[in-house]
Amino acid sequence: MKNQASVMNRELISKALQQSVIKLNPKLMMKNPVMFVVEVGLLISILLIFIPNAFGEAVSTGFNIAVAVILLFTILFANFAEALAEGRGKAQADSLKKTKKEIMAHRVEGDHIVEVPSTDLRKGDIVQVSQGEMIPGDGEVIKGLASVDESAITGESAPVIKEAGGDFSSVTGGTMVISDEIKVRITSDPGESFMDRMISLVEGAERQKTPNEIALNTVLISLTIIFLMVVVTLPFMANYLEIDLAVPVLIALLVCLIPTTIGGLLSAIGIAGMDRVTRFNVLAMSGKAVEASGDINTIILDKTGTITYGNRMASEFVPTDGHSAQEVGYWAAISSTYDETPEGRSVLELMKKQGWNYDQELGMGAEIIEFKAETRMSGLNLPDGRRVRKGAVDAVKNWVTEQGGTIPASLQSNSDAIASAGGTPLAVAVDNTIYGLIYLKDTVKAGMKERFEQMRSMGIKTIMCTGDNPLTAATIAREAGVDDYIAESTPEDKIAVIRREQAEGKLVAMTGDGTNDAPALAQADVGIAMNSGTVAAKEAANMIDLDSDPSKIIEVVAIGKQLLMTRGSLTTFSIANDIAKYFAIIPAMFMVAIPQMQLLNVMNLHSPTSAILSALIFNAVIIPILIPLAMKGVAYKPMSSSRLLQRNLFIYGFGGVVVPFIGIKLIDLLIQWFV
Amino acid sequence: MSILPYIGIVVTLIIVILLARPMGSYIARAFDYTPGRLDRWFGPLEKGIYRIGGIRQDNQTWKQYAAAVLISNSILILIVYLIFRLQDKLPLNPADIGAMSPDLAFNTAVSFMTNTNLQHYSGESGLSLFSQMTAIVFMMFVSPATGIAVAIAFIRGLAGKPLGNFFVDLTRALTRILLPIATVAAIILIGLGVPQTLQTGVTAQTLEGAQQQIATGPMGTFLAIKELGNNGGGFMGANSAHPFENPGGVSNMLQIMMMMLVPVSLPFTYGKMVGNRKQGRVLFVSMMMMFIVMLSVSLFSEHQGNPLIQQAGIQQGTGSMEGKEVRIGVEQSSFYSVVTTASETGAVNTMHDTLTPIAGMVAIGNMMLNTVFGGSGVGILNVLMYAIIAVFLSGLMVGRTPEFLGRKIEGKEMKLIAVTLLIQPLLILAPTAIALMTYPNTISNPGYHGLTQVLYEFTSAAANNGSGFEGLSDNTIFWNVSTGAVMFIARYFSMVTLLAVAGSLLMKKPVPETSGTLRTDQPLFGVVFVVAVVIVGALTFFPALVLGPIAEQLTL
Repeated sequence: MKNQASVMNRELISKALQQSVIKLNPKLMMKNPVMFVVEVGLLISILLIFIPNAFGEAVSTGFNIAVAVILLFTILFANFAEALAEGRGKAQADSLKKTKKEIMAHRVEGDHIVEVPSTDLRKGDIVQVSQGEMIPGDGEVIKGLASVDESAITGESAPVIKEAGGDFSSVTGGTMVISDEIKVRITSDPGESFMDRMISLVEGAERQKTPNEIALNTVLISLTIIFLMVVVTLPFMANYLEIDLAVPVLIALLVCLIPTTIGGLLSAIGIAGMDRVTRFNVLAMSGKAVEASGDINTIILDKTGTITYGNRMASEFVPTDGHSAQEVGYWAAISSTYDETPEGRSVLELMKKQGWNYDQELGMGAEIIEFKAETRMSGLNLPDGRRVRKGAVDAVKNWVTEQGGTIPASLQSNSDAIASAGGTPLAVAVDNTIYGLIYLKDTVKAGMKERFEQMRSMGIKTIMCTGDNPLTAATIAREAGVDDYIAESTPEDKIAVIRREQAEGKLVAMTGDGTNDAPALAQADVGIAMNSGTVAAKEAANMIDLDSDPSKIIEVVAIGKQLLMTRGSLTTFSIANDIAKYFAIIPAMFMVAIPQMQLLNVMNLHSPTSAILSALIFNAVIIPILIPLAMKGVAYKPMSSSRLLQRNLFIYGFGGVVVPFIGIKLIDLLIQWFV
Repeated sequence: MSILPYIGIVVTLIIVILLARPMGSYIARAFDYTPGRLDRWFGPLEKGIYRIGGIRQDNQTWKQYAAAVLISNSILILIVYLIFRLQDKLPLNPADIGAMSPDLAFNTAVSFMTNTNLQHYSGESGLSLFSQMTAIVFMMFVSPATGIAVAIAFIRGLAGKPLGNFFVDLTRALTRILLPIATVAAIILIGLGVPQTLQTGVTAQTLEGAQQQIATGPMGTFLAIKELGNNGGGFMGANSAHPFENPGGVSNMLQIMMMMLVPVSLPFTYGKMVGNRKQGRVLFVSMMMMFIVMLSVSLFSEHQGNPLIQQAGIQQGTGSMEGKEVRIGVEQSSFYSVVTTASETGAVNTMHDTLTPIAGMVAIGNMMLNTVFGGSGVGILNVLMYAIIAVFLSGLMVGRTPEFLGRKIEGKEMKLIAVTLLIQPLLILAPTAIALMTYPNTISNPGYHGLTQVLYEFTSAAANNGSGFEGLSDNTIFWNVSTGAVMFIARYFSMVTLLAVAGSLLMKKPVPETSGTLRTDQPLFGVVFVVAVVIVGALTFFPALVLGPIAEQLTL
């Protein structure tokens, strides 16, 4: 899904165009009260084209037609926005459906294997899947180990290893086994599989209005009713002054005043928000979860893999008495010549970073001593007879002592110092001489510190969970800049922390993959399970990250915020627009009867007709102009709420006041030649 | 143009501003249920009242609180209605005034119970002394006390505390706030020359030798609560333009201060009760800014005078003097008109009908917004509703589910508020349209001004202000019944819905404040609040105002 088609491809647009006509059906329009009012206005103005004096004095047919056409387009634009947002989801669903062909499964029945279609599989069935076959349904590996190509759901082409037991046992239907053979216990009935759920989610079939959308919708309906009252009472007041107001003019005023801009884009914003999450390769089980992620106060992150690289990297060479750091580095590098472990690589990288050289020829043809659990050392036996080792401090100490070497006095204190700072010391020795220590450190991922700082400015507290001892945990926590940490944490600790934070009224998000994370994922307000994780974890979570990248939770929060911000900003914009529309339409309505009203025609619009039509046209075209913004969401940079408000208030509030003045004037300049 | 009247305005405002905070704190303390020093002074009296009234002092749910308000107020309306209907048979009627007609009695009873004091009668000729002293003065105390009580209950809900007990709050508003201050004010006003007598009139011999009957009465006590309680109903038909109801410059200033005292203090009460004084200060400053803008526009317009009179060759060096008391002058009249409409009092010292169109629009605009301080209690109630709307929009703009004082504003609250928001335009625009369509003959000046007269009447009723633009023949069944209904719905509908909002917010678990929370105690929020108020108000009423005062001004 990662490489899904661009935002606006041709096929998508033509489908959306079709949909926007189908959606004119009043039954469907009723769901959007603001646009429904526009549709009623459209019907009345069409009626007026044919029976011009149905409601009192007639206006020119040309004007009636113009109003009807603009109203029709206003509705079509709004429908198009919604259809486009839905279409993008549907396109994804279609590509998913293609992978969901009927698969023949090999069901294990007692001693023999029966071939059945995958739709006949039920929860609890056991199937055997061999190399080159599709896994027929969601399940858990109960026997064997295989590499599986999951690109159908994740878009990631590199295969992943799945094996029985542990946290990598869950497999998804529709993915392909590319080596070996596994036995899988099916965990879902047909129609309820992960792929099915995913299809219905991206299709938006299950889309329900989120609480926030409902609240905003109420406000929009209320505004619509207020403006309905304003417009309905106006002719009576005008009538008292012996001013006649034509019905199409009143319809134009009403449509301009009611919040059509946000009313037309509201559902598109919601769908697009969900879609952005999906595009990000995270599956949200509901729009509510996406919205809730914008409100998150606390994020619980696992240290390993999220905050740190998870493997220990050489960060310093610590010499013993009589040796230099460069010497330690030299021999550490020699010993790591053929060492492909991250620790070994990091030694060579540290050398490079320090700008130190070592004799790369020296190790050529040497005998490689692999790391073994018993020896806890690795290294080389050089062709010249010297033996180089690096490894656990006590192992190296024993090795050196066996050869009659002495242990430098400072070794123990240095190694204790490293350990107490949260690092891991590795000793480097050549024959009976210990040169010093490699300081291995769990390294914080690049950029994490800045991100945590951003989160702090957004008002989000970060808590790191780690199995490390308190000392190590404290060091990493300080380096990464997280607000709090739990050392030697157990899954129960996580739940306890979540409960504690929730008791303070906070919303908590967390990521997890293991079965033992499931209760915590369920307890959290936003739980993101890794796709690589167990079925239990995925069931408990309300989002699934298909890339299994735990640090993505941060982006998900940003998307949630962006969703709400887009709604708020466009609502503000929509309402602020009304000021300019008033100044276009009100003088135009009364100018004939009260010539002095010209004073209110601040935009100096050409004629009453052009003024009304310009406002109405602006009201219509602003919807398609804002579709890209509704789809992408308003720009969001993490900053404090006051600055954010200031910024959005300026752009969408002040901008919302000014833009239509300019827009209406420009449209007026264009159309004054035709009216 | 003399500078002196302006010094008067500035001094008055400064005194009001200085009083606001301590008075706000005092009100907060007065309603604090934890025993304090005030209980020692007022406790015995209040305990007596509770015993006589059989009041249990337990906390009420929002439904119980709202029911207590509705039932008690309705019963009072009925009693007062009966007094008006039977005043010819009741004692203390030396001027032999007849019974009120049913529709006028209904209108007047609702009017005074809802703190509106729209008067479709003239006090000196329409009410007996008994009616004035029992029905009218009694309601003038109870209605602002009701407003204050509901506001306090609402604020308690926002602060996450139980809403309290309506009868206890009502009693405390009377014993601790209105009665003591009104007593002192009455003594000062009487000292300034306001009559206080049971004699209904004195007969004077005019220079031409004719006999003139000059009405008097127990006006000092009446006047004190009329202003302090944001009631505004005049003892005399001429209200505070009458020399007995407003003897001079000092009494004029004092009346302005009394009108503003409770409304300007309540933001500080709110700040104190929710435990963050800044919250109240932001709202106070925002409202004061709106007030100053309104006042400046009004003063400017009045100083321009009327171009028609200018053309007639009459000098208007001091501004538009039409309809004004010479002893009060343009500035103090204009100031009074802005204060009385901002504080929803409705007392007048000049005929608003004769204000220049733009100054008239300021008066009507104050009532349409109903958030430039507003009346006793209901003002802050309305202001907080707009604050919640502002929070909702700006909360979304910072990407969070909006929260106000640590409580999430969600669908349920917004539904209640959205409905409340509908009520005011409905009660102003719909009846205005109906009246213009069906009873154009009750309007004294046809045309734009006539439209404004009708619009003003219903705006005044819907804002529970009570000042009249006058010029309407409004003592008819239509006007009495329609404005009576408008006043009643306007007053109680929002009280009930907003108590429901408080009840709902109260149940929510508070959300801790972080740097991601929208701060509502910062100047920026004040800006959002003002913009929300002005835009919603302006968008709703702009067309009507264009056809009324704006058209009138443009065509002068």
